[in-house]
Amino acid sequence: MPTLAHYLIVSGILFSIGLGGVLLRRNILIIFMGLELMLNAANLSLVAFSRFNLLADGMPNYNAQVLVFFIITVAAAEVAVGLAIIVALFRAKQTTHVEDLNTLKF
Amino acid sequence: MSTQTAPWIILFTPLVSAVLILLLGKFSKTLSASLALLAAITGCVLSWWLFNQPIEGKMLSINWLTLGPELNLTIGVTLDHLSKVMLLVVTSISVLVFTYSLGYMRDEEGYSRFFAGLSLFLFSMLGIVLADNFVMMFIFWELVGVSSYILIGHYYSKDSAADAGKQAFIVNRIGDFGFMLGILLLWFGTGTVIFSQLIESIPGLSTAPIYLTVACVLVFMGTIGKSAQMPLHVWLPNSMEGPTPVSSLLHAATMVAAGVYMLARIFPILEVVPAAREIIAWIGGITCFAAALMATQQSDIKRILAYSTISQLGYMVLGIGVAPTSDVAMFHLFTHACFKCLLFLAAGSVMIAMHHEVDMWHMGGLRKKTPVTMFCFFAGMLALAGCPYTSGFFSKDLIIEWAVVKIPFLGWLVAAAAGLTAFYIFREFFVIFFGKARSEHAEHAKEQPFSMLLPMLVLSVLAIVAGFPFIQDHLFKLARPEHELVPHLLHPLLYAMFFGGAGVATVLYLKAQKDPISIPLFANRLYIDNVYFWFVKNIQGGGATFLSWADRWVVDLLIVQIPSKLTWACGFALRFLQLGNIQAYAFFFGAGVVGILYILISK
Amino acid sequence: MLAFALGVVLLRNPVSCAMSLVMSFVALAAVFITLDAYFIAVVQVLVYAGAVMVLFLFIIMLLDLREEKRRRVRLSAWVGGGLVVGGFLAALIQVISALPALKVTKPLVSHPLANDVAQVGFALFRNFNLPFQIIGVLLLVSTVGVVLLSKKELK
Repeated sequence: MPTLAHYLIVSGILFSIGLGGVLLRRNILIIFMGLELMLNAANLSLVAFSRFNLLADGMPNYNAQVLVFFIITVAAAEVAVGLAIIVALFRAKQTTHVEDLNTLKF
Repeated sequence: MSTQTAPWIILFTPLVSAVLILLLGKFSKTLSASLALLAAITGCVLSWWLFNQPIEGKMLSINWLTLGPELNLTIGVTLDHLSKVMLLVVTSISVLVFTYSLGYMRDEEGYSRFFAGLSLFLFSMLGIVLADNFVMMFIFWELVGVSSYILIGHYYSKDSAADAGKQAFIVNRIGDFGFMLGILLLWFGTGTVIFSQLIESIPGLSTAPIYLTVACVLVFMGTIGKSAQMPLHVWLPNSMEGPTPVSSLLHAATMVAAGVYMLARIFPILEVVPAAREIIAWIGGITCFAAALMATQQSDIKRILAYSTISQLGYMVLGIGVAPTSDVAMFHLFTHACFKCLLFLAAGSVMIAMHHEVDMWHMGGLRKKTPVTMFCFFAGMLALAGCPYTSGFFSKDLIIEWAVVKIPFLGWLVAAAAGLTAFYIFREFFVIFFGKARSEHAEHAKEQPFSMLLPMLVLSVLAIVAGFPFIQDHLFKLARPEHELVPHLLHPLLYAMFFGGAGVATVLYLKAQKDPISIPLFANRLYIDNVYFWFVKNIQGGGATFLSWADRWVVDLLIVQIPSKLTWACGFALRFLQLGNIQAYAFFFGAGVVGILYILISK
Repeated sequence: MLAFALGVVLLRNPVSCAMSLVMSFVALAAVFITLDAYFIAVVQVLVYAGAVMVLFLFIIMLLDLREEKRRRVRLSAWVGGGLVVGGFLAALIQVISALPALKVTKPLVSHPLANDVAQVGFALFRNFNLPFQIIGVLLLVSTVGVVLLSKKELK
């Protein structure tokens, strides 16, 4: 039977995979997908906590699920805006390679 | 009106008048003049009234400032014989000079400002006279210096006037530095600054004579500055840049006498330190003689009188040093106020008649054009030179007697100075009023209005009679030395000095067109001014240069440059964090988060 | 699910990455169902897998991305990234294994009315109504922003 610890470790591994993607991939769209993975990891851990911590009357604490709902919504909005920015960048620089976007330096 | 309130009214009326003149003066010139004159007359009337009242009870004293348990500063009034006499002198002379100023300043710029300055001066001077403790006196001492600065620099657009005001204030400050040290020493030794208490606690201090001597000499430094003794006399001749009423009131009759007054106030303390008194006497005597020498070669009519004032102040200071009571010096102060003020007013009248010409070698033959002025000048001159039975004769004679008895060298020195006095003042008289007119202005001089002549005439009478015995005894308690101790030669010598000096001057100057004698040493004022100038330029200038070097290379480098360069270096180093590479930023981010995690875990 | 997540990060072709991501979202929804969070699971599939990934694919198509060419790998970047990820995982495992309270199995829900959709609805509209409205405004704002950002410069 999966314990809470199992769920949390899975969420952690998912998060680190996303983090690795953000740090190590050079295509900006893949970086963005890594970001989405990280958000989902957070959602997973939240839902796990919601199910495992029962309230006094025996019901799961649904506040966490409400939070997950908000996170999903906000992530959707963020993806939209982020992709719009990437499109604008692409129009300016004609590249999606992250190392080519380096003019804001000393 | 009681004896309790009268002194306060005398003290504060001129201050109120000064403030009112400042506020309202621009509306009406006559208003300013009347306010000032009213204040002076009020003071004069009340002083005369107070003089005849017996003083009973303690005088009012207001607690002003308490600095810890040791020092309690009060503003209080002291009305003893000394201050009553001085009040008379100050207020009466002020009334006369204010009246004179009505005519003198009629066409001058800054009319209201002038009367406000005069009222402020009167307030400050009365504060010195009425002060009952050293600190209050010092405050008013400085106020008098400020009023003098304002009045000397009345014609502020003239560089020489502004510089003269500055010099007066700064030289006075040097003296005041010693004065303050002396006050502090006395306070430290006795725990009080109030004169009456100081005098009471003197016997307790006579076990430490050196301390007391040093304190008294330091206090005397204030007099050296204020009363223009050597070597701090240089400001007084230059203060003649101010209008003549200022010269006569401040720098002849009252302000410069404040130094002598202060010494008279602490006379009981001086009595127990004979060493200090000797120093005082020597400085007074030397000043007297040296100033008389310098006066014999000047050609500016007011500067001759200025050096004469320094010389006579030397007599007064000498009097404090040798006589057993302070009234001897105060007597000379009183007569000097009368005749010197008169001489200055007459000189001012001459100046106005000559359209502000001051060089006496451009005058001449004025005796036909301005006879009244000549008569007044003549009266003052006789008193100054010590003509027998004039006021100056009685007072100067007494001081010389005591000097010859106590310190013979000084006594004969100042007797010789008396001869020089006669010489230079007759010289001035003849060159101005006799001979042929030496310039355009002298041809067309005419007499001055009555408002200027009246005070001069009053003072002429006083100059002659103020020394007579019945007045002497009414105002002062004088003491004469033992008859056997005074050398028999003295009195005939003094007569001879007078006639001799006058005679030599007559022979040389009665018909002279230019000065037959020329002694550059005296004409250049013993080169003392040059010494001061060299000192300021080289020593003080050197000090200033050193300090500016230190500021630029030490302070600026250490405290300004180093922090600024350090900050710049830090900024430069931190710039390299801005890589522009997104993943680098993300890396820093992640690393930071992991670091924080570890810190939290390890707790 | 973890295999698909790894696929996202490691594959070369961006379209393949996107497809891996979709599969990982669906797998995650399955995990939610095992946690009795039916509503969230459905929302996950609808919004994430349905809308967000479609948007991603559209952009990939718009930008006409190809396979990533191999570029010179920089050792310092890999080391840095590896350190951060490794550090994070180590911290996580250390924490979780140290807390015995986490090693509980799923408790039984005893309440008769345990209907999670209804309960989430109650919580959302009663207790969290204000944030709900604000989320609506947020979506509006992001829509406007996207439109603005995508405008072509008018010549």
